[in-house]
This record gives sequence, C-alpha cells and structure tokens, in this order.
Amino acid sequence: MPQTVFAPWDDPNEKPLISFQRVTKRFGDFTAIDDISLDIFSREFFALLGPSGCGKTTLMRMLAGFETPTEGKIFLAGQDIAPVPPNKRAVNMMFQSYALFPHLTVWDNIAFGLKREGKDKDAIEARVNEMLKLTRLEKFKSRKPHQISGGQRQRVALARSLAKAPKLLLLDEPLGALDAKLRQDTQFELVDIQEKTGTTFVIVTHDQEEAMTVASRVAVMDEGKLMQVSTPDRIYESPDSVYVADFIGDVNIIEGRAHQTGDNVQVIWAEGQPPLMAKTQKDFSLDQQCWLAIRPEKVAISAERPQAPNTLRGRILDIAYLGNISTYHVELPTGHVIKAQEANTRRIARRSFTWEDEVWLSWTDTAGVLLDR
Amino acid sequence: MRRLVLILVPYLWLLCLFLIPFVIVMKISLSDVALSIPPYTPQLDLSAGWQGIRDFFAELDFENFAFLTTDDLYWKAYLSSLQIAAISTVLTLLVGFPIAYAMAQSPDEWRPTLMMLVILPFWTSFLIRVYSWMGILANEGVLNQVLLWLGIIDSPLQILNTKTAVYIGIVYTYLPFMILPIYAALERLDGSLLEAAEDLGCSRISAFWLVTVPLSKNGVIAGCFLVFIPAVGEFVIPSLLGGSKTLMIGKVLWEEFFSNRDWPVASAVAVILLLILVIPIVLFQRQEQKQREAEGT
Repeated sequence: MPQTVFAPWDDPNEKPLISFQRVTKRFGDFTAIDDISLDIFSREFFALLGPSGCGKTTLMRMLAGFETPTEGKIFLAGQDIAPVPPNKRAVNMMFQSYALFPHLTVWDNIAFGLKREGKDKDAIEARVNEMLKLTRLEKFKSRKPHQISGGQRQRVALARSLAKAPKLLLLDEPLGALDAKLRQDTQFELVDIQEKTGTTFVIVTHDQEEAMTVASRVAVMDEGKLMQVSTPDRIYESPDSVYVADFIGDVNIIEGRAHQTGDNVQVIWAEGQPPLMAKTQKDFSLDQQCWLAIRPEKVAISAERPQAPNTLRGRILDIAYLGNISTYHVELPTGHVIKAQEANTRRIARRSFTWEDEVWLSWTDTAGVLLDR
Repeated sequence: MRRLVLILVPYLWLLCLFLIPFVIVMKISLSDVALSIPPYTPQLDLSAGWQGIRDFFAELDFENFAFLTTDDLYWKAYLSSLQIAAISTVLTLLVGFPIAYAMAQSPDEWRPTLMMLVILPFWTSFLIRVYSWMGILANEGVLNQVLLWLGIIDSPLQILNTKTAVYIGIVYTYLPFMILPIYAALERLDGSLLEAAEDLGCSRISAFWLVTVPLSKNGVIAGCFLVFIPAVGEFVIPSLLGGSKTLMIGKVLWEEFFSNRDWPVASAVAVILLLILVIPIVLFQRQEQKQREAEGT
C-alpha cells in the first residue's frame, strides 16, 4: 500500500491557507518582524520556534488580529485579513496564560464563543459536549477554572478555542505552564486532537523539543527574521546556518577553510592537524570560511584508532551522565572541545572510559553538515 | 499566651468603643425624659443595693420606640434617608466606575499620580470642602455666575437647599470610596481575558459587559456599601447643603438631641438607625467573606 506523505509545501499546485507576503512590523523604532514571507498550508501543524523576543508571538498576534502589519499583506484562504477585526476572523487562539474566564464554569467557558455566534441552544449543547468528550473534561464541566488543575485548565483552553471549529488555531506556548512529564503526554494529545479535527495549528514555542515532537514543519526565527523553514528532521539533519544548527539540539561547530573537489571538501581547521573530510552539495570557493556542524551522537568514541575518514585523538575532560546516554567532552590537543554521545548499553560500573582517558573520536564524511553562514 | 493577647486586643477595642457605648445608648432609649442632669430617668443608684437595681429595671420601657411609630416624621425620615443614600450610591457608581476604568487603562507610570489625585481631597477638612460647595452652588455662587455669563440660563438656578445639592455633596464626598475598590478590581483584570473574549467573537462593548463588568463586580459591591452605609446616617451634608426641606434621619436625630433635649427619643432613633444599617453591613461582610473564599482556592 503506497503511503501518501503529507507534504503540501512540496506541491506547487497546493494553495496555502495562510500567506505572509513581505510582512514587516515595527513598534516605534524597534523592528519586531523584518520582511517575512511565509506560506502555511491547510491541516499543517506549524511551529514558530525561537528565543524570546524573536518576533514569533508578534507573528501569531498578527494572525489573530491583535496586531496589524506595518508593511506587507497577510492572506487567509486568499483573503487579505488586515481590515478584519479579531472577532470576525475564522481564527481562534489559545493563550499562553489560557485566559479562562474565572467567573464562568468550564462548560460556559467552552460555550462562550458559540453563544456569541447566536447558535440555538441544542446546537451549543451538542458542540460543547463534543468538546468536553474530546478533551476528557466531562467530569469537570460545572467547575470554575480555579477549582481544576493546570493540565485540566490547559485542556479547557484548548476545548474553548476549538469549539467554534476555526480554520486556523493559534497556540501561544500552550504547554509552557505544565511540568515536564505532563508536557510530554500533552504534546501527543495535541497532535492527536489536531489530526482528529483536521484543523490547521500554528504553535509558538521556545522549546525545540516540543516543536520537533508536534510539528509537521518548523520555522526557526531570530531577530524578526525566518532563519529556516522545514520539516523537523531536515531542520535537525541539514540546518542551513550555524544559528539553526546551534539552536536545535546539541552540536559541535568547527570553523575552517574549505578546499573543494567535486562534492568532497577538505576542511583546514587547525595548524598541523589533518584536514577534516566532509561531503556537501554546496559550492565553496577556495579557502572560503566554513563551519562543520556535527551532532554529538554522530561522533563515535573508541580506545583504538578506528578506520574512518575523520579520526581525532583527545582526552576526556568531562562526562555528563544522563541515564540513558552519556555525553563525553573530549579535549583535543588544539584546545577544541568536542562532544560525543554514547548510549549507555552497559551498567555504569562497566563503562569503558573515564576521566582523563586518551580516546579516539571518529565520524564519517557524511555525518556532518558543512555550512557557509 | 501571645495569641490570647492578640485576640484580646480587637475584642477589647470593640468592647470599649462599640459595645459599652451601645449599651449606654440602648439604656437611654429605654428611659424617660426628665428635667435634670443628665436629662433622663432613671439613674442607676447602686447605694440602694438590690432594691435599687430592681427599681431601675422596672422603670425601663419601650415607650420611646412606640412614640416613633406614632409620629410619621420618623419613618418618613428613615425612608427618605434610605432613598437619598440609594440614589447617591447609584450616582456615585455612575461617576466612579468610568474614573476607575480610565485609571486602570492608563499607562503604568501615570497610575500613582492618578491615585494620588483621587486621595488628595482627604487632605482638606471634610467640613471645609462641604462649605465650599455652598459657595459654588448658591444662587449667587460660582456655578450660577458662570452659567449666566455663558448665557446658558437667564436667571440663577436654585440648587443649594435642594436634594440635588445633597446628591452632589454625597457623590463628591464619597467618590474615593467608590473609585478605590473598583480600581483595585479592574487593575487586577488580566488583559488577555478581553483579548480572548474578542478572539471568541465579542465586540469591544460586549467584551466589556461579559468580562470586565462581572469581574469587577466585587469591587462595585464593596464600593456601593462603603458609600451607602455612611450616606444613610449622613448629617453634615444634608444640613449644610439640603436646607430645611430635605428630611434625613441624621438631621432628625441631631434636632431631637440638641434642640429638644430629648435624649431618650434621640437614642431610640439612633438604635433603630443602627438596626437598619446592620442588615447591609452583614450583607457586606458576607460578600467579603465569599470573595476571600473564591480567591483563596
């Protein structure tokens, strides 16, 4: 059975649900959003990821209608939404603080938007019950927000924003207030609900793990600009800038000069050291400055010198034991510190390496990514 | 031991400054008027021993309370006081809410200044401020002069010595008591709630009615009680601004006490007033209690 991959962004005939066209937003002389163009497609789970102050929340608030772009246009289903006020948009938002109405019960909170639409009583009743069931809140429907737990409040906020069946749901750091364990469960629940309802979700988060878990595509932002927009695996495996490589997960960055022959590049990185070997699709001019980004889990650590395109000798400086894996910080004679990760398949007492051990690090020529910025 | 002392202090306070005076007033209200010093009988004569105490209690009766029902002046005065207090409370709310709302909406750095401006009138004596209203509202007063000069009116308006002047006086005097609790409630209001309401389809106005108003309810109720309770017994404002036609129980009480020198009837009027006020005070306390419980969890 051929599996159809959900990738509307690769299909040139697909019309985007949301389209930012050269959008800029300034607050006074501060530029929050700097000339962004971006398409988001129907049924996507799209994550805006970046450090605080990068403009991701502003981008979302422009979709909700709480901010208007200074320059450029935003289209929702082909319609320019700049003149449409928030209460007339087929967009709903789940607030970071949840913004549940404290004077209303869970039931009334969920029914709030439906009542404003002027639907008849039975329709509202049916829809609210459906939402309560979806978010497993039936038992709490007559409680007030201060009488339920943080996780339940989060689900009420989700149910309330989904009740009007919006074309687009915006989630502003939806899991920020939950503890780590609950957060993981809720992440999968969110994906589940997104698939069940077929709504387009746009999530704002500063937590890269959260973005990777839930999103179909991730946009990494910095200082009002989009750094890279791609699927989570591509963002991780083939970042296109040092910023993205560094922001997502753990990475070793080695700076050097490129000597390219075909798709093979020799990276001259330190005096008296053999060059590092890497493969790339990009074109580098001779001696162009470049950065080799390599993930710690792709660096192997061994006592004997292995057969590999890249081998480096070093001394273990530090070991971070994380239970399932350990990260070894290995200092090279050049002063560089390279991180290598190993799964702890053996008991800790039988670990092969310890502090101050001389070891060999190795990786293949395709393990790293060569970056030009 | 320390806890006992801590609990004892407020009780002692209440005992000395409320319960004992109240018992004295109650006792006077049950006595008869007499030409003596003090002007009522019986006096407790402890030197006569048990017999004296028994005689003393035998002479107390509810005559004065019965008298209050025979003359319709009294119940009319009570009713009129309640009415004036109620109308003034509504007026104070109508003036105070927008002010509190504007304060809560203003930029953070302005708020302390605005708050100061609300409290500032307290720095001047209440009596002086009411007197100055006489100067403003009189027929030859500032207000009439300005209106005449502007050509809005041909002859001076009679405001002083009417109920309108009493309303103006009460609204002016008690406005801070209305503004402060409402401001406190509005200031705590999370702005994202209004955004959420708009996001869910509310217009600005309906978001105000469905979110801002219910969430400031506690402040509004507190403000109304803080204005209504003292306004019922208000004496200075009606006597200075209201003229002889404005009937309020505070004024009646004053006249019974100082003009008629009928301490027992004056005391009976005071006791009834207190009983009337106990109802809203108890309601107020219960409201406060409920609010604390709702916030506590």
